[in-house]
Amino acid sequence: MINDNNYRLQVFKKASIARNFEEQVIANVKNKNIKIPVYVSAGQEFIASSISTICKIKKIKPLIFGQHRCHSTYLTFGGNKAKLIDELLGKKTGCTSGMGGSASIHSKAINMYGHDGLMGSNGPVGVGACYATKKPTIIFLGDAAAEEDYVLGALGWAATKKLPILIIVEDNNYSILTEKKIRRNWEMSDVAKSFNIKGFNLNDNPVNINRYSKYFFKQPCLLNINTNRIYWHAGAGKDSEKTFDRYKSEKKILGLEAKLIDNNSKKIIKKLWQKHLEK
Amino acid sequence: MAKTLREVIKETVKFHLIKKNGLVFGQCLTAVGWVGGTLPHLDEKKGLVDLSMADVANGGIVAGAALSNRRPIYVIRYQGFSWFNAPIILNYSCKSKELWGVPSPIFIRGIAMEGSIGPVAGSSHNSIYYKMPGIKIISPMTPLEYKYAYNYFMKQDDVLYVSEHRGSYDNKDELKDILPKNSDLILFPISITRFEAIKAKKILKKKGYTIGIANILWIKPFKIKKNWKKALNESKYGGMVIDDDYPEGIAESLAYKLMENTNKKVTSLGLKNKSAGFSKQTDNLPPNANEIVNNVIKFIKYKK
Repeated sequence: MINDNNYRLQVFKKASIARNFEEQVIANVKNKNIKIPVYVSAGQEFIASSISTICKIKKIKPLIFGQHRCHSTYLTFGGNKAKLIDELLGKKTGCTSGMGGSASIHSKAINMYGHDGLMGSNGPVGVGACYATKKPTIIFLGDAAAEEDYVLGALGWAATKKLPILIIVEDNNYSILTEKKIRRNWEMSDVAKSFNIKGFNLNDNPVNINRYSKYFFKQPCLLNINTNRIYWHAGAGKDSEKTFDRYKSEKKILGLEAKLIDNNSKKIIKKLWQKHLEK
Repeated sequence: MAKTLREVIKETVKFHLIKKNGLVFGQCLTAVGWVGGTLPHLDEKKGLVDLSMADVANGGIVAGAALSNRRPIYVIRYQGFSWFNAPIILNYSCKSKELWGVPSPIFIRGIAMEGSIGPVAGSSHNSIYYKMPGIKIISPMTPLEYKYAYNYFMKQDDVLYVSEHRGSYDNKDELKDILPKNSDLILFPISITRFEAIKAKKILKKKGYTIGIANILWIKPFKIKKNWKKALNESKYGGMVIDDDYPEGIAESLAYKLMENTNKKVTSLGLKNKSAGFSKQTDNLPPNANEIVNNVIKFIKYKK
């Protein structure tokens, strides 16, 4: 069974790597070891962790099209941690040879394609790649990038062609500091439905996400997943100390085992960062 | 019997689909006319794919398809539609190889035409692409030039913008450089203006001027051939780059490069600095033979 405690722990394990990685990123931004703009995924990591766990269980190796805030996508789908550290340090040994930085992560090993910086361009690019290859494909968008007109055009065409594509909208409610309700009065899940795409609006509870996995890669499916960011871009600030943190919540629910996983991840990640900083 | 450029393009596209497992994308491809008779009557099963009317998204869809090694040909029916179609191609496909080591090669068929079709659909719009890295631009006007462009595309993995013009589709002839010794001036025409340059040369000969023609096929990279350089240096008055785009882009840039590499002045001629309307009175057409003649004489008199 996929929907059991074991699944939840598997997701947590991935999330703990991502969270502890991001905490190190923030620490290294503060102490100026990282000198480039970073877009951390802390707070949103249960989305990629759940989707990657489901793909692993289903033995699907999808094409992945992410954009910024995609460290957790890279890490949870099996991207090499050391190469991401090097990338953030601007080294040639980085996963994108120091060219991509935080926002444009690329990894041939996990079929993850880099992003060019035009918000949402990974929407049509992912649809095109899916059409040409017919391989299962995932596009990760933010709630603001999803508003780009070309994303909507691409969704319409994906629906017309009935592509095996999964569109994940990581909806943290903000574009920088502009709330969604100021930008629009509609939901992406409704837009998806209007295109005859299976569209759902849900939160980032891994059990919830798994409920929709039966729709993955059979036809176009869009999940608008409500989540919370812990840090602003470049670690410049926080929305609120009271922001709901799925990581803390899951850790509490899963108890001792999760605590041990968290401690272990913390040690592994810290050691890895130290090693690469000393290089 | 020699084939027209139209027939050669059609055969090339068919070859790409049938023999190379390629893809061809565009809007209204299978509509009446099949893009000026340049497409084979095939369907999506064979890789001829009609996209929706979402131009910006479509450029991105083709960029994504190009990651698959199926080397898409992308038909942009009017070059002016590149204002919407180019952004993701230029920022994703053209940078993909350099950023991530993953090529995204596309053969873009940008098709120009003009005459009472307004401010966007008319003329060439090569200059939109020109300044961006990772793209090559070629403007074939003859059957052999088109075959060369396609073969070149298949041998490398960059994005190739192929600037076509409907006015050349009936052409069967190859256009050779004419570089007489001690000419008064060398014309460097691009795209459809190459045909007008030949007419202009004849008119100017009757008026006592010796004019050379150096046909610009490759716009980017722009390589100045040795015999062009020699002819330009030996000319009395210099050269003129002629384009069917606004001159404040490619034409002036190429003129500058020619000047940098020779000791002669090179001027440029292109569309007038105005928007084209939808009638004969309000058109903004590429320089015709008479306009070229007048501008050449004006330039020579100024130089004297």
